[in-house]
Amino acid sequence: MSNLFNQFWPYTIDGLSLGAIYALMALGYTMVYGVLRLINFAHSEIFMIGTFAVLGTLHLFGMPTNVSGFALVGLLIVLALVGGAASGGSAVILEYVAYRPLRRHGASRLAALISAIGASLFLQQLFARLVVPAAFDLPKEKGALPVQGHFVQKSNVIHIGSFELSNDRLIVIVGAVLMMLLLDVFVERTKLGRGIRATAQDPETAVLMGVNIDRIVTATFAIGGAMAGVAAALYMLRFEETRYDVGFLLGIKAFTAAVLGGIGNLRGALVGGVLLGLFEMYGSAIFGSEWQNVVAFSVLVLVLMFRPTGILGESLQQARA
Amino acid sequence: MNNSSNGNPLTRVRGAYSSASDSVRDRWSDAPGWARWLVYLILIVVALVLPADGIGNVMSPFTDWPTLLFFPIGGYILLAIGLNVVVGQAGLLDLGYVAFFAIGGYTMAVFGVKFGWSFWEILFVGVILSALSGIILGAPTLRLRGDYLAIVTLGFGEIVRITANNTDYIGGPNGIGGIPHPPTLTEWTIPDNGFFDALGFGGVQPFKYGALDGKPYYYLMLAVIILAIIFVKRLENSRVGRAWASIREDEDAAELMGVPTFKFKLAAFAIGAAIGGATGVVYASQAVSIIPTNFPFILSATILAAVVLGGSGNLPGVIFGAFLVAWIPERIRGLAEYRILVFGGVLVLLMAFRPEGLLPSRRRKAELAEGTGGMGTMGAEIGGPVTVVAGEVNE
Repeated sequence: MSNLFNQFWPYTIDGLSLGAIYALMALGYTMVYGVLRLINFAHSEIFMIGTFAVLGTLHLFGMPTNVSGFALVGLLIVLALVGGAASGGSAVILEYVAYRPLRRHGASRLAALISAIGASLFLQQLFARLVVPAAFDLPKEKGALPVQGHFVQKSNVIHIGSFELSNDRLIVIVGAVLMMLLLDVFVERTKLGRGIRATAQDPETAVLMGVNIDRIVTATFAIGGAMAGVAAALYMLRFEETRYDVGFLLGIKAFTAAVLGGIGNLRGALVGGVLLGLFEMYGSAIFGSEWQNVVAFSVLVLVLMFRPTGILGESLQQARA
Repeated sequence: MNNSSNGNPLTRVRGAYSSASDSVRDRWSDAPGWARWLVYLILIVVALVLPADGIGNVMSPFTDWPTLLFFPIGGYILLAIGLNVVVGQAGLLDLGYVAFFAIGGYTMAVFGVKFGWSFWEILFVGVILSALSGIILGAPTLRLRGDYLAIVTLGFGEIVRITANNTDYIGGPNGIGGIPHPPTLTEWTIPDNGFFDALGFGGVQPFKYGALDGKPYYYLMLAVIILAIIFVKRLENSRVGRAWASIREDEDAAELMGVPTFKFKLAAFAIGAAIGGATGVVYASQAVSIIPTNFPFILSATILAAVVLGGSGNLPGVIFGAFLVAWIPERIRGLAEYRILVFGGVLVLLMAFRPEGLLPSRRRKAELAEGTGGMGTMGAEIGGPVTVVAGEVNE
């Protein structure tokens, strides 16, 4: 307990930056769930692909180290774009290969979930066995090892008493909030965003109103995937390593965050992600870091017991039955 | 069936498979009682000679066949039967089923190693304990629906695994070793004559649970599986089974018709958990040592895949699905590192090919076509060339 009070600010900052990554990833789960009512289990692999795309780009630039200033901003934008494109693209392909045939046959959501789990296994192993060893010139069995990329020059930007904010954590938090705002504006203001909301609310009526469902679904996967890609870039900035199963636990946590905030609810993803990150960090301060994940899942169970639709309630637009 | 008009070969194959499996099912439901008993008898005989060397050489050239039949094949089948009660019959999505398997396994380990109880006593205790844990998990969470329940159960599975990993009393990450085998029932030995020798059964002691021979454990698992099948099948055709079907199809309607849905959902959870726990006890009694990583999330997902792949709600289908899911990765061990890759791809393809599962029950198939059955269909299915008509029931 005293651990938490002595180190309150470090734990809070860590929790916020972790929560920001959860929140960005939770967006993908929550959007796909809102439109298709499907737990896109392979979203964690979409994120993983993003981290490797970012790492590959860093290699392409000859592994820059200690970047700072405008060069860092430029590099970050490039990395976010590459990560977003790689993840968004693979999410669209995933939808096309694994989910679209099932939608065509009106398959049960359970079948779609199994397809998602299968796709998740497939992508994970594809990267572990083939893509990563080939792309990074590693011996095959090394696919499981963490692959490192360190590029940012770390410094504390704000320093007041025990309150220290390092630049990488600040970038992660600011970057995530920025993406959230962008997405919010996109979904609220644009025509495509309105289509997504309409489909989430009532797909049949949306079709009758002339919404092209297939296009909406593709867009949903692309945007959700791109968000995961940006999250991947921020993750690489913050944790500087990745491996083929990096997305697994992160994905479960992000989905937990989505449920915590109210699944299908974009702002709920932010609230859920940040809260989950904070709870995890405070929990590990109190009980020890080996209980971090138990705290996260216990919080989920408790919140759902008292508020079954999540903190902000479920809806991309309005609550659905 | 409007498939015949479609020229796409894949669609035609699918249609042919579908009508073939339908006709088998119809013949079965029209078959007289004696014919069914004959089939049951044949199936049991087949199960008894299954560990024979000749079959093993074909089925599993890379690993010891009887051990493989015990686990993963037998174990997955038993787990799938248990999960089928929850997912297939009551329509509740459980993504943390492995937790009950773990609780059974750790019960065997703790009571066997620390208290010196015998296997049969622990089997009883393990079933009770895991059923209780099912009730403890279910009581606060079963008011949640669908995907919320899925994620809570997933969380519960992780909590159980991590707790086992962090608790020193049960060995932490090193787990528990030296778990006793079940006591020998009888030293009776299969006679060593030409007939049994040819099958590879000569000199086998089917009720002596040693360290080397996998066959006695397989027969033990088989006995538990047969008991579980009888139990679950009897439930399916009882008031409980009908209540589950009504909850699965429309929970609100069931509640309005006076079905105490919460009670029955809790019962489904407890029964599923009990079967999972029994699997854990039997598994640990053979495994000698267990560690927390024996119970990963991916096992929950695999068992769920087995249930859905086989045709959730239909016992023969579920057993077949579990067999495939356990056997395929072992059979292609020649592909070594690529086997999980292939397995994942096969899951995606099979779901695209036959989303209702390989052998669905007629009722489940109709439910799935209607979009009921606990899970419903995906939200945005419109836009495809095929519109699903809820008319399969009227055939």
